[in-house]
Amino acid sequence: MISARSRPMSDLERREERTAWMLLIPALLVILLIGVVPLVQTFATSLSDAFMASARPARFVGLRNYAHLVRDREFWVALRNTLVFTFGTVSIESILGLAIALFLNADFRGRGLVRAAVLIPWALPTAVSARIWSYMLVDTYGVVNDLLVTRMHLFPHKVPWMAEPGLAMFSMMVIDIWKTTPFVALIVLAGLQLIPRQLYEAASVDGASRMRQFLSITLPLLRPSILVALIFRTLDALRVFDVIWVVTRGELETESLATYNFRHMIDFRNLGYGSAVSVLIFLVIAVFVSMYVTALRRRGTS
Amino acid sequence: MKRVAIVTLCVLAILVGCRRDMTSNSGQVVLRIDADSVATSLAINQQLATEFERKTGAHIEIIKGPASASERLSQYLQYLGAKSPDIDIYQIDVIWPGMLAEHFIDLKPYFTPQELAAYFPSLLDNNTVAGRLVALPWFADAGMLYYRKDLLVAYGYQQPPARWDELGAMAERIQKAERAAGKRDIWGFVFQGRAYEGLTCDALEWQASSGGGRIIEQDGRISVNNPPTIRAFSRARGWIGTICPPGVTTYEEEEARHLFQEGNAVFMRNWPYAYSLANASDSPVRGKIDVTLLPTGGAGHMACLGGWQLSVSRYSPHQREAVEFVRFLASEYAEKLRAVKMSLLPSRMGLYEDKEVAAAIPFLASMKKTFLEAVPRPSNAAGEKYNEVSTRYFQAIHRVLTGSRSAEDAMRELDQTLREVMAR
Amino acid sequence: MIRRVFLWAGVVLVVLYAVFPFYWAVNGSLEPQSKLFRTPAQYLPIPPTVQSYRTAFQNESFLLSIRNSVIVAGGTTLLSLAIALLAASALARFRMRGAGVVLAIVLGMTMFPQISVVGALHSLISSLGLYNTLAGLILSYLLFTLPFTIWVLTEFMRALPRELEESAYIDGAAPLQVLWHVLIPLAMPGIATTGLLAFIAAWNEYLFALSFTITENVRTVPVVIAGFTGGGLHEVPWGPIMAASVTVTVPLVVLVFIFQRRLVQGLTAGALKD
Repeated sequence: MISARSRPMSDLERREERTAWMLLIPALLVILLIGVVPLVQTFATSLSDAFMASARPARFVGLRNYAHLVRDREFWVALRNTLVFTFGTVSIESILGLAIALFLNADFRGRGLVRAAVLIPWALPTAVSARIWSYMLVDTYGVVNDLLVTRMHLFPHKVPWMAEPGLAMFSMMVIDIWKTTPFVALIVLAGLQLIPRQLYEAASVDGASRMRQFLSITLPLLRPSILVALIFRTLDALRVFDVIWVVTRGELETESLATYNFRHMIDFRNLGYGSAVSVLIFLVIAVFVSMYVTALRRRGTS
Repeated sequence: MKRVAIVTLCVLAILVGCRRDMTSNSGQVVLRIDADSVATSLAINQQLATEFERKTGAHIEIIKGPASASERLSQYLQYLGAKSPDIDIYQIDVIWPGMLAEHFIDLKPYFTPQELAAYFPSLLDNNTVAGRLVALPWFADAGMLYYRKDLLVAYGYQQPPARWDELGAMAERIQKAERAAGKRDIWGFVFQGRAYEGLTCDALEWQASSGGGRIIEQDGRISVNNPPTIRAFSRARGWIGTICPPGVTTYEEEEARHLFQEGNAVFMRNWPYAYSLANASDSPVRGKIDVTLLPTGGAGHMACLGGWQLSVSRYSPHQREAVEFVRFLASEYAEKLRAVKMSLLPSRMGLYEDKEVAAAIPFLASMKKTFLEAVPRPSNAAGEKYNEVSTRYFQAIHRVLTGSRSAEDAMRELDQTLREVMAR
Repeated sequence: MIRRVFLWAGVVLVVLYAVFPFYWAVNGSLEPQSKLFRTPAQYLPIPPTVQSYRTAFQNESFLLSIRNSVIVAGGTTLLSLAIALLAASALARFRMRGAGVVLAIVLGMTMFPQISVVGALHSLISSLGLYNTLAGLILSYLLFTLPFTIWVLTEFMRALPRELEESAYIDGAAPLQVLWHVLIPLAMPGIATTGLLAFIAAWNEYLFALSFTITENVRTVPVVIAGFTGGGLHEVPWGPIMAASVTVTVPLVVLVFIFQRRLVQGLTAGALKD
């Protein structure tokens, strides 16, 4: 939408731009107030040795927090775990979300109910759903083991879903995918509405198969929606906290960037160091986001 | 927390703070207490508040906080960090005096030595930081060993185990036999094995009762990397998967209680609260359980000290009135009421001989001895770094329990880590 | 034919995956608390009991919190949509330099972990005099509802056909009129989607709600449910927690069911209004 400028703007164009900026004022105000101010404050705190709720005055320490950070093995482990978690969940969510969106778009009896049902994971408060899952996954009396072991005999012993390193990460991914796939599905579903039916009709007349239509009409036109859903899901996955805190507290090699941040900033009350961690998380996320945004910019004509 | 805030915001905050003065129009003093909101407890607290209001004309507001202790702490840190005048009295956990001491007033000037002598010395000690009494003990808590007396009798044991090794042997034998007889879901022992503060309590009990010290001694010495401690934790590691379910490393108090209460555990380590629940009319093990002191590892029956205290905020505009309410809440009358109605163990020693309290709390007699000898966590020695110390401790133990570290390696690393932390 | 069977089997599995935990919560809310942790598990609450619901509703804070949550979630949604629609129409339909920068900044707002932002937001909210108010919560919730609302609506509007809009401008309509009469009806699926997602996000938010309120009269549902305590010190009252959670989720699901047709309203339907 942004045309390259190679000549001065005409009056009309200038007026148009001015109207656009006026329409943006409310959003920019809010962003400035609740977005920029906390950001700046966090960065400023990261350059100090502030300690939470302490009378000790905070002193400027320059980049010392950052130096400690890059030398802390736990930080790198957290980064690795977060990337594994993000890649695992986002990839499955997008495929599943796409499939669900395609299905929800179809015409069949009871589709209203299915659409409402599929949204349930997103509608349950996270604090509650994380608890429900950990209650279902308890090895001795949880319903998952009751179903899979006691009734269906799929495993010889009750599986400790939350107590072993690999299994714990797997369980957390299952819970997160459960919760956030509806988000992806809804956004992709909205994107599906933008594709004119005439395109499909014309393609059918030309003899294109369903799969062909899907690959050359649906997917390309869905690209913006899928990418937007991916951006926000990746953003959230990189900041994952609740599910990890409730299931393992970050033990068993499941510590994420956000749990590492929480531990140092709130638990240990190292506000300065914790702020540095926050800034670094911000930078990691910024790297990912810029990759996506570049992909978004390179899309075809709408 | 606000040290790095822009000057303008600071000034605005102060102005706003002044604006929200808690005294109402008629000059009536309003006290706000942030206390636990357990349903029955709230009702009793309201009752006590009403009585106090009638006596003094002040108005009491009870603020309800989150149910989880760590969330409560985060909230408190926010208020205290902002020097908020909104809360006058804080109900604090036994491990918080060391961490929050600078925000509370010294209560010693307000009480005579005789008045203070009524409370457990161990609790008063715990609440005294750098010579200042920053909190008054309100109710006490300590770890206990729960056991199925019906099963012990059936297998020929007259007494519950006195040593950890005995517990292991008894649990293994009973578990094996019961499973062979058809109770396939039963386990020998459950405790709090998740990587959280509760594990610090359980592990400290194993360590201290084996003579391994208290993590950080009063004089600042770090005691974790010693043979008795390593032996204690190796022994615990041996329980996982044999007499303890593998998932025990994800259990908190409630998960352990659920297992025990459904009849699927022979022994349980838990706090006193579980007793009335396990003996309730809808409990499958009603009448079949009993409690006793935790086993020893050769150096005494050590229970981890728990419980809650009352502190008065330094930023409260009504400190004198707040202290009076605290005095009332921790008086013999109020503590007895809470003990009888809610089975909350009093922090006043005198009430342990009271007949009515004994009727409400059947195991009262053993508790007095327990509290007199209970081992506190090193929150005073660690001060504001307690959370970090405790976290490193329970992380190390969790790794031993899940098998990702040997006890020797874990304790060696922990020793080093704790030295670094305390040296900062 | 085989493909159809596979398709339907897949759908059934997915629906089960989505719904089972909720079903389990409903099951748990209708059983007596003593039976919740029994093995083998009971899959049907027979005989059902409403004791847990009674306990949950006896908690006055709970009912109050439902009202608060409706106000906060509704207010956040309306405000987000209003601001985002203005912004999206600017970014998507007007020629302007710096649209990419604005979008990047909007995204940047949401790249900090929530916990890092709480402290800074707290001092901001206090200095605005909005501490312990529903308005303060609504303002802070914009932090995470605005980014995806603006992004989705911008992308959506970029893809809309221009003919109707252009003819409206030729007829002399002002930008806001065009927005109201042409763009919004066209973009209804996008609006319904982001409105729903924003509402749910605000409804379920916990951390800010806990940190920016102190008295019961402004507490929202997630905070109150987290504050549910049982009779004993460490006891977690599962039954009432499940009952409360089911109670606050069912209206959301019903809401979705009512509005779900808006989600899939195609471009052709409803767009040809003049």
